[in-house]
Amino acid sequence: MKTLLAIIVLLPFCGFLLNGLFRKHGTYKSVARLACTTILSSFIASAIVFGMLSQGTTAETVKYFDFINTDSIKIPFAFQIDHLSAMFLLIITGIGFLIHLYSSAYMKDEEPQHFARYFAYLNLFIFSMLLLVLGANYIIMFIGWEGVGLCSYLLIGFWFKNDNFNYAAKKAFIMNRIGDLGFLLAIFWLIARLGNANYADVFANVHNLSQTDITAITLLLFVGAMGKSAQIPLYTWLPDAMAGPTPVSALIHAATMVTAGIYMIARSNVLYSAAEFTQHIVAIVGLTTALFSATIAIKQNDIKKVLAYSTVSQLGYMFLGLGVGAYTGAVFHVMTHAFFKALLFLGAGSVIHAMHHEQDIRKMGGLKKYLPITHITFLLGCIAISGIPPFSGFFSKDEILAAAYEKNPVYWGLGVAGAAMTAFYMFRLYATTFLGKFRGTQDQEHHLHESPAAMTIPLIVLAVLSVIGGFVGVPEVLGGKHLLGEYLSTVIVPEPHHALAHNTEYMLMGISVAVATIAILFAVSQYSKKPQLEDATGLGKVLENKWYVDELYNTIIVNPLNALGGFFKNIVEKSGIDGFVNGIGRFVNYLSRQIRLVQSGQVGGYILMMVVSVVIILFIWIHDGEIYKFLVTKLF
Amino acid sequence: MPIQYYIILSMVIFCIGIAGVLTRRNTIIIFMCIELMLNAVNLLLVAFSKMHYAASLNAPNHATVGSEGQLFVFFIMVVAAAEVSVGLAIIVMMFRNTHSVDANFLNRLKN
Repeated sequence: MKTLLAIIVLLPFCGFLLNGLFRKHGTYKSVARLACTTILSSFIASAIVFGMLSQGTTAETVKYFDFINTDSIKIPFAFQIDHLSAMFLLIITGIGFLIHLYSSAYMKDEEPQHFARYFAYLNLFIFSMLLLVLGANYIIMFIGWEGVGLCSYLLIGFWFKNDNFNYAAKKAFIMNRIGDLGFLLAIFWLIARLGNANYADVFANVHNLSQTDITAITLLLFVGAMGKSAQIPLYTWLPDAMAGPTPVSALIHAATMVTAGIYMIARSNVLYSAAEFTQHIVAIVGLTTALFSATIAIKQNDIKKVLAYSTVSQLGYMFLGLGVGAYTGAVFHVMTHAFFKALLFLGAGSVIHAMHHEQDIRKMGGLKKYLPITHITFLLGCIAISGIPPFSGFFSKDEILAAAYEKNPVYWGLGVAGAAMTAFYMFRLYATTFLGKFRGTQDQEHHLHESPAAMTIPLIVLAVLSVIGGFVGVPEVLGGKHLLGEYLSTVIVPEPHHALAHNTEYMLMGISVAVATIAILFAVSQYSKKPQLEDATGLGKVLENKWYVDELYNTIIVNPLNALGGFFKNIVEKSGIDGFVNGIGRFVNYLSRQIRLVQSGQVGGYILMMVVSVVIILFIWIHDGEIYKFLVTKLF
Repeated sequence: MPIQYYIILSMVIFCIGIAGVLTRRNTIIIFMCIELMLNAVNLLLVAFSKMHYAASLNAPNHATVGSEGQLFVFFIMVVAAAEVSVGLAIIVMMFRNTHSVDANFLNRLKN
């Protein structure tokens, strides 16, 4: 097990090193093959681990070496393999591999050197994420946490010649850093109270922590999760992260990065279950984010932006699940969401590829007949995310909503409203893109083509997973067995459930499905035949501009900070510090210029000075006693 | 003759020398003034030497005081003569270069 885990983690790292260091020597083929092989091998190893665990191998912690070893704090570099991390391993390496495969065709237009750089970053991304989920303590998790932050920065700013992309990359990094601070403080707090940050020790000692400590730690951890998993108020980086290549968006949104926050809270479920206040906060923030970003997604016209806001919204659902104690449901939704969101993003990538980097859905339409495979798979993804049974999204979303209903029916009502919006904007996107008439230029229409096999195969695989992925968690009421819940039961302590009556549960499902179906039909009828999307007015305009949140942040945070920076730069630095330092120089300069005048070259002047000095010296010499006395008595 | 007369005379001559050095611009006159100061000191040296000699003759223990001060003056005069020759040579060279003996032309040390 020890070697197996090391292999899983180190293979992508080797891929990163080889592709990164020899990026000028590789060909398209060798680079793509190396990158895909490492991830595929990792995936196979992960599958073996997963299999071993489901065969009854117990979870274990394997220690490699001492990472930090001081008198009072010992942090081992150790991996913890249990059912939760094994499941994440599968998602990360599996979907990661499909995205690698897809990228090898999608990124063909890049120069070989940048192609290799791209795959190096991609491998590093997977490596960091694996480190994050495998770490046996919060420190190792934090290393991976920072690693994915770095990789997202590198990949969002992959086309670094475009300044706007660089700004988006910086925004992502800074937003993440704000969250990271919370995470870091939580780790410090844990270490200060318990002396170490190993999961096993922390969870075993929860009862030793005071209620205030637990609340503070969980809140701080949640701040970290907010940054990484794009929750209000730190979500604005995720839509901007669309600046990166499309497969990167798929990777960030599906397999890595944004799921880190969910993983962290699911991993810390023991802590969160002990902090009721934090749970309320998590649920409320999650629900608000889900609704808020769903409203924004309704009016976006960039195919990737719609998907980005839908990710934020779905992450909100996961946090709602975490907040109401449905940790299994949240992790389940992470899994199904990884399937259909990767599918949707890769499908969008295929569309963008066919449209020659056109992302505006107003210029698309009628792509159904040109891109048959993309169309079918995209449609399946849309149905899955809308929560129509028996597609995967239905089961996971329903589990979260049922748990929310148990906690508070209001949560459920708002959640269903969000689900309706999800269905609406997804099918608005689908209808405007694939149905109706083509609205682009003649030239574009001429070039429309289905993507190569390396891009369609991942789409097909993901479509199949999106359709059947939900069956691992069929709720009891539908006569199924919650396999995932059973699988995770060793890690996630099941909450004491007062199970809902079956009738209630049927009703809840019925309502959410009915609402989603109505939204779908409405969206399709509304948008499939329209020749042109009219410009938004009124509330629509506000939504199109994302509630002006970016502008708000600019006004209340960015601009004052810039002004403060400008103040320090122009006033404090220029006239204060520079003025002081230069002033000393200028003063010495001035003084020496004045003293230089004494050396006039006039012999008479020299002699006069000599005589005067001699007189003064004689005077002092003769009267030294009196002068001494005068100084002593008068001055001291 | 009391020693005070000599002292006052020396001081007067010395001050005339200083005043001349400070106020005149002609190098030859400055040079002469320097000689004045030198000789004022010489005069004082001789006067004190004579005074001590006279005092030692009247002293009860007959401590002999020589005339080293007066001998010293001769040495000073020899050195002064050498110095004058050097100084005059400098003035001659200066006149050759600048066609003037004005000390204010010698301001090359400036800057």
